[in-house]
Amino acid sequence: MSTRSFGEPILRKEDQRFLTGSGIYIDDIDLPDMLHAAIVRSPYAHARILSIDTSQAAQLDGVKAVLTYQDLTLAANPLPLLIPHPALTHPHTQYALAKDVVRYVGEAVAMVVAVDRYVAEDAVSLIDVDYEPLPVISPDHLEVAASPGTPLVHEDTPHNTAAHFVQQVGDIDAAFADATHVFERRLRIDRSASQPMETRGVVARFDAFEQILTVWDTTQGPISIRNGLAVLFGLPAEKVRVTAPDLGGGFGGKIMLFYPEEILVPLAAMRLNRPVKWIEDRLEHMVGSNHERGQVHDIALALDANGRILGVRDRFWHDTGAYCPYGIIVPVITACQLPGPYKLPNYYSDATVVYTNRTPVSPYRGAGRPHGVFAIERILDYAADQLGIERAEIRRRNFIQPDEFPYDVGLTFQDGLPTRYDSGNYPAGLERALEMIGYDYFREEQRQAREAGRLLGLGLGCYVEGTGIGPYEGAHISIDNQGEIHVATGVSTQGQGHQTSFAQIVAEVLDVDVVKIHVTTGDTQRFAWGTGTYASRALVVAGNAIGLAAQAVKEKALKVASSVLEVAPEDLELLDGRVCVKGLPTRGLSLAALSIASNPIRYAYGASAPDLPAVLPTRPGPPLSPGEEPGLEATRFFSPIHATFASGVHAAIVEVDIQTGMVKVRKYAVLHDCGKLVNPLIVEGQIYGGVAQGIGGSFYEHMDYDEHGQLLNASFMDFLIPYATEVPHIEIDHIETPSPINPLGVKGAGEAGCIPVPAVMAAAIEDALASFGVTVDHMPLTPDDIRKFGIR
Amino acid sequence: MSESSLPPQEKRLIQVRVNGVSHEAQVETRWLLSDVLRHVLHLTGTHVGCEHGVCGACTVLFNGSPIRSCLMLAVQAHGADILTVEGLAAPGGALHPLQQALRQYHGLQCGFCTPGFLMSIYAFLQEDPDPNLSDEQIREALSGNLCRCTGYQGIVAAVRHLLTSAQVTTAPQVEPGAIAEEERV
Repeated sequence: MSTRSFGEPILRKEDQRFLTGSGIYIDDIDLPDMLHAAIVRSPYAHARILSIDTSQAAQLDGVKAVLTYQDLTLAANPLPLLIPHPALTHPHTQYALAKDVVRYVGEAVAMVVAVDRYVAEDAVSLIDVDYEPLPVISPDHLEVAASPGTPLVHEDTPHNTAAHFVQQVGDIDAAFADATHVFERRLRIDRSASQPMETRGVVARFDAFEQILTVWDTTQGPISIRNGLAVLFGLPAEKVRVTAPDLGGGFGGKIMLFYPEEILVPLAAMRLNRPVKWIEDRLEHMVGSNHERGQVHDIALALDANGRILGVRDRFWHDTGAYCPYGIIVPVITACQLPGPYKLPNYYSDATVVYTNRTPVSPYRGAGRPHGVFAIERILDYAADQLGIERAEIRRRNFIQPDEFPYDVGLTFQDGLPTRYDSGNYPAGLERALEMIGYDYFREEQRQAREAGRLLGLGLGCYVEGTGIGPYEGAHISIDNQGEIHVATGVSTQGQGHQTSFAQIVAEVLDVDVVKIHVTTGDTQRFAWGTGTYASRALVVAGNAIGLAAQAVKEKALKVASSVLEVAPEDLELLDGRVCVKGLPTRGLSLAALSIASNPIRYAYGASAPDLPAVLPTRPGPPLSPGEEPGLEATRFFSPIHATFASGVHAAIVEVDIQTGMVKVRKYAVLHDCGKLVNPLIVEGQIYGGVAQGIGGSFYEHMDYDEHGQLLNASFMDFLIPYATEVPHIEIDHIETPSPINPLGVKGAGEAGCIPVPAVMAAAIEDALASFGVTVDHMPLTPDDIRKFGIR
Repeated sequence: MSESSLPPQEKRLIQVRVNGVSHEAQVETRWLLSDVLRHVLHLTGTHVGCEHGVCGACTVLFNGSPIRSCLMLAVQAHGADILTVEGLAAPGGALHPLQQALRQYHGLQCGFCTPGFLMSIYAFLQEDPDPNLSDEQIREALSGNLCRCTGYQGIVAAVRHLLTSAQVTTAPQVEPGAIAEEERV
């Protein structure tokens, strides 16, 4: 192929099946003899279970089993804590089915298995649970949960404090003592959730004869689920297969170890010896799948006389909900990513992770970053306004410069490794974003609009995003005797187009068309080492493993060709799916023929067999030399030394209608740097979707809990997600500062789009309403919030 | 029925025509049309995202009009002519121009909402809209369907393309098997 694959906007290989309705999502799996499960969930945010009467349900025609905590046996322990942390002094995870106490509305209490979902739900309505309500911790102000005298979510956890941790750089007290200017704000970002269009689901089948458990699961981490289930059920890992089928989005909410149903459904399938399916409905998803966001920050900024940052002191509270199954990853990321692209010689971050009687919290796209970015960007805007410096200018004065990489922030990142920025060009990013948004002309435009009675505002937001964390991923690549190339890796896919991007990496190395390359993700039968798709890491970690495996397969193809053609490997090259003698493209062999030749059996089959001059090796010695393996295949792993840090700048112009409280986004520009682009079409798609979610988080998406721990907006009628009418046209441009710490030079792009959006929108609205003297200190902003700005 | 207080479930025979094929099915009177399409007729391209009529993923054409199949009982569909996403591409697999446009402009990622969008857009284009509609008007036309992945950018661009190209009402133009050669932009 003379045309390149890597870096090209190739249309996606997976689109055909999605466009024709022939994708296989979890609820499309239909097995013979399959039963259907439904879950009884707690209607109370905090209550003691006095009794559960399942007798009526058990007698209903078509009901095959009713499970409560008493029936769990093998699964009777609390669910595992995914990521322990020394500061997490009071970790709590729930049981697969509640034991004695429920701590949030939606907590699973019992499961029914029946002939169909309708009957299963009939049976759910017949289960009588007697609850004794307990005091509920669901305060408007998060720090109340951690205050003395507040009732406890867990009896052994004083002040409802799951964890308290401090990270610091330099001497913060000295920085504030030396400061010319000090600014302080209290900032809040509300609870939200990923809400993929497809809810969660699990299908399990147990083959009692072969003792094989097969599970289809809407998980972003099938390998972890497999390993966990094998341990739980005492099966060899090889006897447990977990597959993530086509997933209808994930955005973080689909990675856990475990959600209760990921244990309950396999357990029921094993016990009943029939396949069992459970599909979460949307109302369950609103309370039964994890949430995120939900932090309050007290941030203080110390500046010198020139507007340079001397130090940042940030104290924040993080709502982890009723349990912390995912550890304290989200607040750790917040603490580490708050510094963004700025030089903070002194930084003090104090985080308190509090339990509340609400749905547990685990990462949602952005994972702690939108919160931290909101805090630093808002305080910088505030300081700039107070000092009469342009908001862009205060950023310019504080950026890490392009010649300062690698730049050590001095903090321990989510992976336990240094927060060390590997590359970037933040000043260039800002200037390009300003150009895209028309910064130079905007003030005049704004002035004219104001004269005409229209309120325009411009907002900016910068961020740095740690992506591509380890520990590692791997890949297996094989070329079959038809010349088709099969790639398998452990990460799973929720719409990111891995089948295309990963194929492009292989196509570049092997010089073949992507149509010849078939990528399998998220099937433990095909590849069972690795962790999963999260932390914007699939392309970085699995992608590099795939690149290395492709290189290894290439070397092997050259070696086999060298043997068959009797030409030195260095005189051979890969050209358009063939290994040829350099400068003599007609003398060569197809990858199909080489695949056949790589397997020294005494016969040859496959369409390309006749192309081979000799199948049997003519060289002396055994057919396979010592250390040699048959087949054109290779397995390779990639383990990054630490995260690679992507960055970006967003800018928006909004128009605010102070009468109705509505905000119209007039222009939205994204300058994005995720290192080398494998497929710009796909990267831009990721950014577009992220910005849309950021807009949701700025104006609409908010989990409205009352003081009783009841979620008041637990449906799509009330929890609003932007439609096409709420998302503006988005302009994107890229700069590419390749990562020096991985062979492909790539950085992650999956989460980036959503990260700075609330900060940008807050800034733009504040700018538009400057004449009202408002400060925007929380997100999302409802029309009502905005109208109030005009009233006071 | 055993001792529970729940009433017995009545079944009725319905006849529906789906994608030009006639079906008869015994359905419980409470079964949703979406469930019958998916789990009785095994047309799983129609997806269910919310079961309360907001997300639009389950949109199908019902006697030519777009409806939420999660908000209709299957018995109500007796005698109806239904078009689902499986009925759009040519029998050989060649994509309908609408499907091609969505692919060309990267108007889909996870693909879960895609069938609903396709059916809504299909109905919209049947109304012979003005080719000079503004982006805002296009967005309005798409405002019955939620997508969580694309930020709608590619979907709007695909509809814009369809409005301004002459392909709107024509049959699929790509021959079966030709898709592989269309891999590149």
